[in-house]
Amino acid sequence: MNLDDALQTFIIEARELLEHMEEALLRIEQTPDDPDTLNAIFRAAHTIKGSAGIFGIDHIVSFTHVAESVLDKVRGAELRINSELVALFLSVCDHLGVLIGHVAEGRTPNPDVHQASSELADKLQAYLGPLSHCEAMAGPPVEHAGKAEPVAAEAVSGGVDSDNWHISLRFDRDVLKNGMDPLAFIRYLTTFGSVVHLVTLVDGVPALSEIDPEACYLGFEISYRSDANKAAIEGAFEFVRDDATIHILPPHSRISDYLRLIADLPKEELPLGEILVRCGTLTRAELDYARRQQAAAAEQPSPPIGEVLVENRLVRANVVAAALDKQKQVKEHKAAEGSLIRVNAEKLDEHINLIGELIIASAGTDLIARCANIPDLSEAAARLSRLVEEVRDSALTLRMVQIGATFNKFQRVVHDMSTELQKDIRLEISGAETELDKTVVERIGDPLTHLVRNSLDHGIEAAEVRVACGKPAQGTIRLNAYHDSGSIVIEVADDGGGLDKQRILNKAIERGLVTAEQSLSDDEIQNLIFEPGFSTAEQVSNLSGRGVGMDVVRRNITALRGSVDIESVAGIGTTMRIRLPLTLAIIDGFLVGVASSSFVVPLDTVVECIELSASEILAAQGRDQLDLRGELLPFIRLKELFDIAEPLPMANDPDDEECAADVRLPYGAPKTGVTLTAEGIAALSADPELAFILNPVMRENVVVVQYAGHRVGLVVESLMGEFQTVIRPLGEVFTGIEGISGFTILGSGHVALILDVPGLVRRVVVRDQQRYVAKVPGAAERGGRMPSMIE
Amino acid sequence: MTKERNALRISLLGELTIFTAAAIREQLLAGIAGAEEIEVDLSQVTEIDTAGVQLMVAAKREAGLQRKVLSLTGHTPEVLDTLDLCELSAYFGDPVLIHSRG
Repeated sequence: MNLDDALQTFIIEARELLEHMEEALLRIEQTPDDPDTLNAIFRAAHTIKGSAGIFGIDHIVSFTHVAESVLDKVRGAELRINSELVALFLSVCDHLGVLIGHVAEGRTPNPDVHQASSELADKLQAYLGPLSHCEAMAGPPVEHAGKAEPVAAEAVSGGVDSDNWHISLRFDRDVLKNGMDPLAFIRYLTTFGSVVHLVTLVDGVPALSEIDPEACYLGFEISYRSDANKAAIEGAFEFVRDDATIHILPPHSRISDYLRLIADLPKEELPLGEILVRCGTLTRAELDYARRQQAAAAEQPSPPIGEVLVENRLVRANVVAAALDKQKQVKEHKAAEGSLIRVNAEKLDEHINLIGELIIASAGTDLIARCANIPDLSEAAARLSRLVEEVRDSALTLRMVQIGATFNKFQRVVHDMSTELQKDIRLEISGAETELDKTVVERIGDPLTHLVRNSLDHGIEAAEVRVACGKPAQGTIRLNAYHDSGSIVIEVADDGGGLDKQRILNKAIERGLVTAEQSLSDDEIQNLIFEPGFSTAEQVSNLSGRGVGMDVVRRNITALRGSVDIESVAGIGTTMRIRLPLTLAIIDGFLVGVASSSFVVPLDTVVECIELSASEILAAQGRDQLDLRGELLPFIRLKELFDIAEPLPMANDPDDEECAADVRLPYGAPKTGVTLTAEGIAALSADPELAFILNPVMRENVVVVQYAGHRVGLVVESLMGEFQTVIRPLGEVFTGIEGISGFTILGSGHVALILDVPGLVRRVVVRDQQRYVAKVPGAAERGGRMPSMIE
Repeated sequence: MTKERNALRISLLGELTIFTAAAIREQLLAGIAGAEEIEVDLSQVTEIDTAGVQLMVAAKREAGLQRKVLSLTGHTPEVLDTLDLCELSAYFGDPVLIHSRG
C-alpha cells in the first residue's frame, strides 16, 4: 500500500478515535467506574500512539505516551477519574486533534504547538508522580544515578537497583534472510519507551573476507525504560520470536534472573556481566554480589532457583494469556472490518450522479416505449424503471448517516460552556438514530452549534434564578430528531426562560427593523431574532450574543432548502425547530405544466390536487384564495408568478408534444368535470395549437402543497403525474431567482424547473399576513402584480 | 573509487542494506586489498539497516586484521541515526558532522 494512502487512513482513524475518546470522556464523568468506557479511552490513546509510531510521527508518540501512562494508572485504580482529569484529557484530545491536523496538512508543528504539548505533558506528569517518571518527553536519557555501593549491596538482596527493563536479544543467522530488520524492532521499542542504553554486540561479526553479508551476527543488550507491561514489550518482538533468542527482564528483577540470563546466553568475548554494567542495568556492586552468588551456587544447589522457576512459570502464563488475548482481538477486529468498508465520499457522489443520469435515461426510455405502443417494450421499460427506482433508493441510503454522531459532539460543547458560564446544564439526546443525507449532516453542524450555544447562554437561566422560579437548578438542553413527511426535523429545546417578546420587540424597534406602529404576531416577533444584526444580550459574552449568530443560522438552513421556526413559552422554555430535506440529490417530484413550461413540485409536499372551477374563482372575488372544504386556502398562480408567456406557435416539435399529451392521460388528475376559466378560453382562442395540446379541454388545477404547517395552492394548467427527479443546481446567474430551487431534465430532453415549495409557502404566508396589516400593503413581495386588498 | 597514493576513497551509493550488502562487500574487499588507508564515503547513502551496519563492522575488522586504516566519512543523517541507535559511533571512532535537523 502506498504510504500516503496509509497515512490518510491513519489520519481518518485517528480522528475517529479521538471522537470516541471524547465521547467516552464525557460519559465517564457520570460513570467513573465503568471499565468499558475507561478501556475505550485507553484503547484510543494506545492505538493512536501505535499507529503514529509506525509513521514515525515522534511528537505524537511521545505526547500520547504520557497520556496513556496516566490512563494506565487510572485503569490500575491508582488514580480516580474526576472532573479535573476529564477536563485535562479533553484538552489532550483537542491537542491531539491539532497535532493530527498538522500531519494531515503535511506541516511540522510550530514552536507554539510544541509548547502546548509540553505544557499538557507536564500537567499529565503531575499525575504520574515522581517515581515512575518517564523520559519519553525529555530529550537525552537522564543518566541513571547509581546508589552508593553499601546501599546497593543491601538493595540487591531484593532486586537490582535499576528501574529499567533489560532486554537481551540474540538474532539467528537467518533473520535478515527472512526479511526482518532487527534494528526496526529496536526502533519500534522507542515508540513506547526510551532506550536508556544499548550495547551492540559486534564480537560475533567476522571479518569482511569471511562474512556472509546476508546473515546476522549481531546481538543487542538494551536497558529500556517504559511504563508498558511485559506483554507489550514482548509484543514488539512478535514477528521475530522464532528467529531470535529474547530475554526480557522487568525492572528490579532478582539478581538470580540475571544470573540465569548470563548462564543462558552463549559465551561472549566480553562477559555479559560487564555488558550489563555497561548498559546501566546492573551496578558494579550488584555484579560483584551476583558473582559471589554464582560462586556459592556452584557449590550447592541454591534454593532461589525453585522460586525463580515458579516465577518463571507465572510469567509464562501471563505471556500466554496475553498472546491468546491478542489473537482474539485480532480476530474480532477482522470480523468488524469485514462488515464495513470505507468508501471515498467522492466516489459515492459520482455513483449517485450516475444514478441520476440513469433515472433520466430510464424516464426517456419509458416515454419512447409508451409512444411506440409495443406491449413487450412497455413491459421491459416498466421493469427497468422499477429497478432503477430501487437502485436509486438503495444508493440514497448509502449516503444516509445517523445524526447521533453530530449530536454527541454537543456533549462537549455543553460540558465546556456550562463550566464557562457556571451553569449546571445537562444535555439530553433523542432520535440519534434518525438518518439523513451526509451532506446535510455536514452542513447542519454550524447552525446547530449556534442554536445550542444560544440556548446555553441566553435560554437557560442562572441556577439561582431557576431555583427562585421553582425549577430544578440543573438546566436541560434537549436535542431531538425525527422524520416528518419527507423532511427531517431537528429540535433544540431548552427549559429556560423562553423568549422575552417585549425585549425583542423593543430591540427590533431600536434597531429600526420594525416600526412601533406595526402590530406583529407572536411568531413574527420571535422570528425577528433571525434578522441580521439583532441581538438582545445585555452583556456580550465570548460565547454568543454578538448578533451574528441567528441570521447566519437561518441563511445556512435556507441554503439547505430547510427552514427554522421557534416555539417559545415564557418561563417554560424555547424550542428551535429545524426542518430539512432528507436528501439534496434526488426527489420524487410531481410534474405540472403551465403553458409550455414544466415544473416539478417535490412530491413530499403535495397534499392533494383539486380542480379550480369557475365558480370558485368567482367566489374568490379576485382574492387569491379559495374555499377548500370550509377552510381558506391561499393560492398562487405560477403563470403570473413566473410571467409565463403563451407558447409561440411551432415552438415545439408537434410529434413530441403529441406523445407527451398521450402520456399525460394515464397519469392525469382525477377527472372531475371540466370547466374553463375566462382566461383559459381566451388563451385557447388565441392559440389553437395550445387548445390542441391541452386536448380535450383547457382547465386549471390547484396543487395543494403543505410546508411547516401551512397549506398553499399552486395554480397550474396540467398535471402530469409523478416523476423521479435529479435535482441540479441552477447556475450562479440564477441564484437571485425566488421560488425555484433547481432544475431537472425530463425524459424528453426538456428542462423542468423545480419549485422551491418552502419559499413559495413562505411568500404566500407573508403576503397574506401583510395584506391584513394596515398601512403596509405596498411592502408585499409581489408588489404591483398582487391585487391590492383593502378590507 | 579515487586513488591518492596508497589511500583510497570508496563512495557508496544508495542503499546500504541487505539487498546491496553482497555487492558492497566485494567492493570493500577489493578496496581494502588495494590500499593502506581506506575512506568509506557514506555521503550518498540513503538507507542503512542491520546488514549495512554489520558490514561496516566487518570491514573495520577486516582492515584491522590487515593492519590498515578504515574510516567512515560523510555520514548522512540516516546513517548517523542508525549508528546512534546501535550506540556504535564510538566503535568506529570516526568524526561525524552533526546535521541540524529540520
